[in-house]
Amino acid sequence: MTVMSYLGAIGAAQREAMDADERVIIIGEDVEANVYGTTGGGKSRSDKGDFLQRYGKNRIRNTPISEEGIVGAAAGAAMTGLRPIVDLSYSSFLYMAMDQFVNQVAKNRYMFGGQASMPVVFRSAMFYGLNTGAHHSDRPYPMFMNVPGLKIIAPATPSDAKGLLRSAVDSDDPILSFEACLLWSAKEDVDENEFWIPLGVARTAREGTDVTVVAISSSVPEAVAAAEELAQEGVSVEVIDPRTLVPLDRDAILRSVAKTGRLVVAEPAHRTCGAAAEISALVAEEIFDSLKAPIIRVTAPDMQIPFSPSLEKQMYPTKATIAAAIRRVVDLPALQPVAAAV
Amino acid sequence: MAELAHDTLREMQLRMLRIRAFDERASKMVKRGHIPGTVHTSIGQEAQVVGATMALGAGDYMSGNHRSHGHPIGKGSPLGPLMAELAGKATGVCKGKGGSLHLADFAVGSLGESGIVGSSIPIANGAALSSKVLNNGKVALAFFGDGAANQGVLYESMNMAGVWDLPMIFLCENNQYALSTPAHTVTSGVISQRAAGFGMPGIRVEEGQDVLAVYDAVSEAVARARAGDGPTLVEVMTYRYNEHSEGLRLGTDYRDAGEREAWLKKDPIILFRHYLASQGFSDDELDGLQATALAEVDAAVAFSDASPYPDLSVAFDDLYTDKESAA
Ligand SMILES: Cc1ncc(C[n+]2csc(CCOP(=O)(O)OP(=O)(O)O)c2C)c(N)n1
Ligand SMILES: [Mg+2]
Repeated sequence: MTVMSYLGAIGAAQREAMDADERVIIIGEDVEANVYGTTGGGKSRSDKGDFLQRYGKNRIRNTPISEEGIVGAAAGAAMTGLRPIVDLSYSSFLYMAMDQFVNQVAKNRYMFGGQASMPVVFRSAMFYGLNTGAHHSDRPYPMFMNVPGLKIIAPATPSDAKGLLRSAVDSDDPILSFEACLLWSAKEDVDENEFWIPLGVARTAREGTDVTVVAISSSVPEAVAAAEELAQEGVSVEVIDPRTLVPLDRDAILRSVAKTGRLVVAEPAHRTCGAAAEISALVAEEIFDSLKAPIIRVTAPDMQIPFSPSLEKQMYPTKATIAAAIRRVVDLPALQPVAAAV
Repeated sequence: MAELAHDTLREMQLRMLRIRAFDERASKMVKRGHIPGTVHTSIGQEAQVVGATMALGAGDYMSGNHRSHGHPIGKGSPLGPLMAELAGKATGVCKGKGGSLHLADFAVGSLGESGIVGSSIPIANGAALSSKVLNNGKVALAFFGDGAANQGVLYESMNMAGVWDLPMIFLCENNQYALSTPAHTVTSGVISQRAAGFGMPGIRVEEGQDVLAVYDAVSEAVARARAGDGPTLVEVMTYRYNEHSEGLRLGTDYRDAGEREAWLKKDPIILFRHYLASQGFSDDELDGLQATALAEVDAAVAFSDASPYPDLSVAFDDLYTDKESAA
């Protein structure tokens, strides 16, 4: 075990994957100079060695600022023997390549009757919460959950970032990895040996018996903090981090809610058609009878992200807003309507 | 012009005849309801398709567009699974999941067609990137129309291919119309000249109904790509005889009267037949090629007719590598 930051763990996984398989390449804007911190040296960013020196220009490639061309080329490369890791830097830039994601990356295996293999990972950072304004603060993973054919991971801890990325690179399905910048500096003990966390398996971040909080990405540490606060008041909160959004570990979520009878879902994305909406619907459809209180979603509102720090801070789930939602589900009698929490 | 062996010349004519016979039959089958949806034929464009596909090697890659039955046929795909795919049968080359707009035959390097205009261009570019990184000597070619030539992703791809010296050929099939829109009304300048802006050769094949002219131009581009000298843009001037898609009846005459007749006089198959006769091919041999193509299409239709439709139980297959991930 060694202490790694979230970014350092991603760098470690990329290094392991590059060492393990010659067919793995990294392409993206500014990857050669390690601008985003996962292809270089330095303790807090990517540990040990510079990727460009180590793997050379053939396998570490700066691209032009051409997201549509990059994503399409990565798909074509994946279909013909490479296993690209594409660093798209900000997740807001994925929109530039929407056609390639939806029409090529997601559909080619199916549409061509299984002839196309699509071993490619698209990494992007969600820069929300950093006062970058509306064009850089997106949390777009729910849009892509609506595209069959893609798999989606959203690791919340350094260990998960490392283990999930290894599985993603080894997968023959296309995978989008959404990494929250608010988590970049999170540190924990991580196994420095190779390990793989399977896709589609949730992690129980904290065990509890009264309320289940399903939390996503940077909402996970907020939910754990809220759970600790509520523990002081005698409420036992279980925090489930799905880690993979497609495929979703439905069983883990249903098992937990069947046990606790109460569900809060917290995520930084917009409210409408978000992951929280999907998880809420899943629970309502499958185990409605186990619910002792209405489900509460804690999400970002359906609006743009304002620039001013005094406004932006209020937009995403926090320890306080998650704790308030938990208090509501434990206080209320069963199945009385509640106002939606933002 | 390269001296081509008798067998190569013969094969060129046979493949053009195959495409013609295949698309003529497909057109009829659409009208009779034997093929669901519609198809876009390459009738009239066979020289451009075969000249390009035969300039590629067996292991080389290509991507196509919506008008792409001819591309896999030109690259050597057997007709049965292609026809069965058009009919939506389980034995189709894509197991009935793709249809006319999404034929792909990876066995001959056909990485698939795209119903989204321009969208498959970067796929071939990525295949060229693979070849470059893996250093396996393969080249890649993207077929696209004059309409697709106005999609931004083409220029992102040309820039990337140029700066990385990818073994890539951008092949514009300029049939002078994008659906009802004449190319000159929506295209600034000359498509092939756009290559200059990316520092790559841009070649226009004016005699695009001459299979040898296309073959020579594309062969040169392939040789350059294989030698590590980077990409080429080849624009081939051609013409489609049929409507944009089969069954489509546009109310307006977007093509000049007499234009089609003028192009029919330069029919690629008839032109090449004259050439082959001048090279000592007998009438018997040339008629035999025609008969072979028709018989192959008959056999393909029989194969398709005898094939079952896919069962609902396979609907989710190939969405992901594992069945469990498909909800
Ligand atoms: C992105 C996109 N826009 C529009 C269409 C509708 N459409 C299909 S084919 C076509 C014309 C394409 O013209 P061209 O690229 O010249 O190919 P051609 O049909 O002439 O072979 C159009 C407009 C589409 N399929 N995809
Ligand atoms: Mg056209």
